[in-house]
Amino acid sequence: MSEYFAMGGYAAFIWPSYALALVLLVGVFALAARRLEAATRALDDRGGDGRSDDRGDGGSEDDPAS
Amino acid sequence: MSGSAFHRFANPRRFLRLADALMPWLAGLTALGFAVGLYLALWASPPDYQQGETVRIMYVHVPAAWIAMFAYCWVGAASAAALIWRHPLADVAAEAASPVGAAFTLLALVSGSLWGRPMWGAYWVWDARLTSFLLLLFLYLGHWALLNAFDDPQRGRRSAAILAVVGLINVPIIKFSVDWWNTLHQPASVMKMGGPSIDPSMLHPLLAMALACQLYFFLVTFMRMKAMLLEARRQTRLYRAPRVPAAARRTAEGGRA
Repeated sequence: MSEYFAMGGYAAFIWPSYALALVLLVGVFALAARRLEAATRALDDRGGDGRSDDRGDGGSEDDPAS
Repeated sequence: MSGSAFHRFANPRRFLRLADALMPWLAGLTALGFAVGLYLALWASPPDYQQGETVRIMYVHVPAAWIAMFAYCWVGAASAAALIWRHPLADVAAEAASPVGAAFTLLALVSGSLWGRPMWGAYWVWDARLTSFLLLLFLYLGHWALLNAFDDPQRGRRSAAILAVVGLINVPIIKFSVDWWNTLHQPASVMKMGGPSIDPSMLHPLLAMALACQLYFFLVTFMRMKAMLLEARRQTRLYRAPRVPAAARRTAEGGRA
């Protein structure tokens, strides 16, 4: 097994390549997922599923409290 | 793409529906692609007779470079569409894909450098392929910088789009640099006239990783596009919301005067 990880003496070049690939691809994916989740939640907070525009903002116009 | 098809998917609402339908499939296929690709790249493929085990770096390096260039073409084409038709979805497509392409560019440069050290004896040489690829990274960075350089986002998007379209000239330069100049970088062995000239045992991990990276690009780009569209929708609502208190305040002030 340790022979496998030694990669014929090139371990110091091969594994960092794969490690960087992992860090970059997982990192970019995680940032995108977090941004998407935040954007979805921000819309949900204002009521509705984010698709129907006839609910929410317009309603406050007739709100006697405002 | 025909004009009608372009306009069909250029509708943000329709795009969101399409993206919602596609994203679970893209996620599953990306995971499967990387599982198969990594198994072939790190376990089931033999060492090269010349490069030894370092050939395994190629299964990261070559797909990363391909997708880096594909992503740039995507950004350039979307930017051209944004400049010509002024469709907001085109701006979103360019801005969403750009950092993904930049990540693949960085990966291609660093993994190539890690391969170059044992095989060429140098991490870096200023040959045509490497230099034009470094320029690709700078184009991505410039695109990102311009997007964020102006108080008026619309001006930033226009400037970034112009840079992206002008930078498209670099894509064929990268592709043909190994033929036009005498470079240390080896010429194409997969995408060339007469078909690939590498052994199937190495072509298969390469193609599996390339497919996984391509699916990953679409998945993350669509996720980012969706996030940006939802953010824009929220902005529109926030913009409309203050009208009510403002109108109410004017009425109140008018009443007092």
